[in-house]
Amino acid sequence: MSQPTAPSRDRAAAAPSRERERERIGTQALAVSVRGLKRRYGSRVVIDSLDLDIQKGEFVALLGESGCGKTTLLRALAGLDQPDAGTIRAPERPSVVFQEPRLLPWAPLWENVALGHERTIGRDGAARALAEVGLAGREDDWPRKLSGGQAQRVALARALVPDPALLLLDEPFAALDALTRIKMHGLVKELVALHQPGVLIVTHDVDEALTLADRIIVMRAGRIAASFRPKDHAGTLRSILLEELGVQSH
Amino acid sequence: MTHDVSRRMADLTSIRNSYVAAQPSRVGVSQATLYIWLSWIIPAVVVLLWETAARVGFIAPQVLPAPSSVLETAVNLARNGDLFVHLGVSLLRAAGGFVIGGTLGLALGVIVGFSPLAQALLDRSVQMVRAVPFLAMLPLVIVWFGVGEVAKIFLVALAVLFPIYINTMLGIRQIDPKLMELGCVVGLERAAIVRRIILPGAMPSILTGVRYALAHAWLALVIAETLATTKGIGFLAMDAREFLNTNVIILTMIIYAIIGVVADALVRLLEGRFLSWHANYTKGARK
Repeated sequence: MSQPTAPSRDRAAAAPSRERERERIGTQALAVSVRGLKRRYGSRVVIDSLDLDIQKGEFVALLGESGCGKTTLLRALAGLDQPDAGTIRAPERPSVVFQEPRLLPWAPLWENVALGHERTIGRDGAARALAEVGLAGREDDWPRKLSGGQAQRVALARALVPDPALLLLDEPFAALDALTRIKMHGLVKELVALHQPGVLIVTHDVDEALTLADRIIVMRAGRIAASFRPKDHAGTLRSILLEELGVQSH
Repeated sequence: MTHDVSRRMADLTSIRNSYVAAQPSRVGVSQATLYIWLSWIIPAVVVLLWETAARVGFIAPQVLPAPSSVLETAVNLARNGDLFVHLGVSLLRAAGGFVIGGTLGLALGVIVGFSPLAQALLDRSVQMVRAVPFLAMLPLVIVWFGVGEVAKIFLVALAVLFPIYINTMLGIRQIDPKLMELGCVVGLERAAIVRRIILPGAMPSILTGVRYALAHAWLALVIAETLATTKGIGFLAMDAREFLNTNVIILTMIIYAIIGVVADALVRLLEGRFLSWHANYTKGARK
């Protein structure tokens, strides 16, 4: 999807009234770059002058209490939400995994994985992607035959098929049981190491953030309140993060 | 959800409920097969009793002729070809009305389902016309079109239009907006979203509409064919009434029933083709 072409301003041109522009990022090391992002619903400011950079191959976890604007930020990066001001330099089409798998129940698994990329990857490419997430040979099954964890793995395969420069994960494991979640963490780490997209995962789960991320940012009142690198804080970061989120830990 | 509920109400007997489905017994013949045979016992016994009662003169032949005698009438009418001419005419009327009403209903349903503007403009008016039972329009239809073919086809089309319209519109409305959003995320064009997400998602509802429409079309046809007519199954029945020919009357009832069953089987075939992904429509288990 992300050829090394000159920056295009298609999306900005589509919404000329907004101060925002969305540029395609080529082969540079940055997967996404956000400057001065603002979003309000009515009089309530959800995102306020937010800056954020994510490198390619970097795994960033976004923590925050409910309603702090983290999902809005992810949706803005995905192009699903129009910010009121600011610049987003992002790949034209980042991949998204939502909290629900969002599989088309009427399409066999391979068609779900290839959705939107049938011409470029075809059935074989979809089968390979399914094999990557441990569902080899299940191309022709219907989604209803899958468990929650399996369905979310298909969603992951679908997100990785276009080889995205930016992968956005919106609480993708929140609905899974604890054991399945642990397995999914391992799988996601493996696949991200393999495909090297920049990753932003929105989560409530401090331990999930600690397990997965190279960098953890905490959002509060529409801004990034704190940013940590787990490798700089051996063992102590969990309680620091919980404190940031307003939980007293001992 | 409304169409789901109505579907279940209309169709309690045909949905295979996996919680009640019979388990294969250890004897070899599965319990399901056994129950299928059991379900034929009562109809068979009734026909036998009926035949016996008619044969021994317990029921007068003008009231209820023996099944064998009805069968004989059927064979005679089939031999001289009359039966097929009348059947053909009736089927043609039903098909013509169904195609016209169905196309209109589908088109309206798609437009109103997609566009809030179209809904604002059209839905109330369509619902107002729908509130009139289509059989109550019969006198008006006769005034407009006389008692010829046009009136008959119009009546069938009218009967078909509303169930297909309603169910198509509901089906499109009930598509999960999250799936539409997914379509945008993976970069589907508008046309592809319609083809890959909206139409398949609306298909269970549309086919429910088709099934209702077939039932309504049939009812409309029976009524339409009692109007002055010289061809068609309804004519056979009216003609037989004049001559107190109960055999033919019973035969026409049975033919209407058979065609109804065949039509239903056709819809099921469509469901099997288009809805095999749906747990409620799967034949057996596609493991």
